[in-house]
Amino acid sequence: MSYDGNPLSGDGVAADNRRNRRVRRVFLACAAVTVATTLAIFAVLLDNAFSFFYDSRLHEALLGAAVEARVGFVEFLTGTRWAPYHAYPDYGVLPLVNGTLMITVGAAFISIPIGTATALYLSEYASPRVRGWLKPTLEVLAGVPTIVYGFFAISFITPVFVRPFFGFFGVSVDYYNAFAGIVVVGIMTIPIVASISEDAMNAVPDDLRNAAYGLGATKREVSTHVVLPASVSGIFASYILAVSRAIGETMAVTLAAGYQSRMTANPFVEIQTMTAYMVQMARSEASIGTIEYQSLFAVGLLLFLMTLAMNLLNDWMKRRYREEYR
Amino acid sequence: MTAAEAPEASTTEAEDSWLDVDLRWEHLKGRLFLAGCVAASLFGVFVLALLIADVLWEAILGVVQHDVSIRTFLTQPASRHADQAGFYAAIVGSVWLMIFTVLLSFFIGVGTAVYLEEFAPDNRWTRLIEANLANLAGVPSIVYGLLVLAAVVNFTNPLTGGRVGPILLAGAVALALLITPIIIVASQEALRGVPDGVRRGSLATGATRWQTVKNVVLPAAFPGILTGTILAVARAIGETAPLIMVGAILTARRVPEGPFDTFGSMPTMIYYWADRPEITFHYLAALGIVVLLTILIAMNGVAVYLRNKYETQQ
Repeated sequence: MSYDGNPLSGDGVAADNRRNRRVRRVFLACAAVTVATTLAIFAVLLDNAFSFFYDSRLHEALLGAAVEARVGFVEFLTGTRWAPYHAYPDYGVLPLVNGTLMITVGAAFISIPIGTATALYLSEYASPRVRGWLKPTLEVLAGVPTIVYGFFAISFITPVFVRPFFGFFGVSVDYYNAFAGIVVVGIMTIPIVASISEDAMNAVPDDLRNAAYGLGATKREVSTHVVLPASVSGIFASYILAVSRAIGETMAVTLAAGYQSRMTANPFVEIQTMTAYMVQMARSEASIGTIEYQSLFAVGLLLFLMTLAMNLLNDWMKRRYREEYR
Repeated sequence: MTAAEAPEASTTEAEDSWLDVDLRWEHLKGRLFLAGCVAASLFGVFVLALLIADVLWEAILGVVQHDVSIRTFLTQPASRHADQAGFYAAIVGSVWLMIFTVLLSFFIGVGTAVYLEEFAPDNRWTRLIEANLANLAGVPSIVYGLLVLAAVVNFTNPLTGGRVGPILLAGAVALALLITPIIIVASQEALRGVPDGVRRGSLATGATRWQTVKNVVLPAAFPGILTGTILAVARAIGETAPLIMVGAILTARRVPEGPFDTFGSMPTMIYYWADRPEITFHYLAALGIVVLLTILIAMNGVAVYLRNKYETQQ
């Protein structure tokens, strides 16, 4: 309903129309704020990350300030040692990326199977009564602050579950360990996978199910051979969203997995994710403009670009599945 | 679906030989599959119960075994001595944050939703705004903190050279940026719930778009908008990472005196305590979580109450 004037004439109509246009502009300005936020994120991160690499901020460099290379792009993106506080500092971001990917991939192994099965149950099997309490419970699980998951990791997952269980097999487990981070991030992304996958499964028309039943398929076969393939792009969209959440997850992994950056595939030692480094850096006393301080923005920019890529992919996936069954 | 999937042995049984599908095996597979799905669904419920039990257990342990006084905890600011440390300054900080976050995000959020649902033409710019919203909702919260750190906290006045610093208002800006997309989406849904006939009726009487929105659409959508806003603010209250980025004082030893004062908050205080090696601080963190979760449950309760009340009125 695009309509922007009043065809009537009479006392006050002109004034009403003027007010209508004014108000419309105010609301448009509100919408513009959201676009400005995205632009500001790009601008601010680029501006400050530039200073990490070249010792002066991008806008200063454009205004003619001296540019002096501090850290090379190649060194940053391919270096395998991240030690900003060391006497001989190194700025290779790979250990942090390694930590983030370890948590993300590990968490996906928990959230994807459990979330998908939960979605199948909710969409294909659950009675309205069961749905009535299961869905709100999952919403609560999604609403628990991440700091609480972090506390749960160090007060329960590590001491009560990970250490005794893997200790029994002779594995030594650090106080901070990636495994606890994987478990809590996996748990907190289950509701994302479950709710978005369920939406996709609900969008599958009943005709498809009935046709399969007519051919003699069992309920399990309808679930796995019809509903699952039919909603696959929506399900993948939910996986991407869960992965994107896991990449940006901060407090739970900081508390659970620790502050020690290293290249490792061992989930039982202390690691550091990109987000955990940012927390550590923000807590430190480094002063603005120093290379340590500006590294915050270089890592932040990389994190933002990673989640942005995930979000764009998710957007594309979602549009695909929406068009499937119109 | 076919006999090929069934094991060889069972098809030889006489009573099944007239069928090429072993139904007992199919039923068993079906039941096992259902059991797997039920187990997966209950896993989330089980973990939630475990998490709540763990937090309560640690909090009770702190009060009973380690003489953490609930009275001190609720009325004193933080302290380096565990037995004198309290949560009061952090609670006050969070309440201040909540107020300013709502003030900063509510009008922009609802305004954007009204523009998109009621005024926006269906063109490329509108689609750009909507796509951008979907992206903003997926930006990690820590990035909003980083944005505010660089754009607000580290902003230096070119005349005086003074830096804005880690003030409470900066924290509120970070949280507001974080929840504005959530408020927008919730408000859009509420506005979409208002039937078009109501709008047309109003327009037919000669009202302008704005008069229709102000007098007809917004009042009808308001409960939905309010519910969405409360849920969004509940999300903001539990956010830790953006506040740490902005420079919240982790040990809330002082009650903030206004929006331009330094501040602590509940989640950052919990983080600080939980990360301390001393066990007593650990119990304080558990107690802090109990307080935080109680507030969140209360806010969610109000939101659900409003939603139910509104739904029965319809």
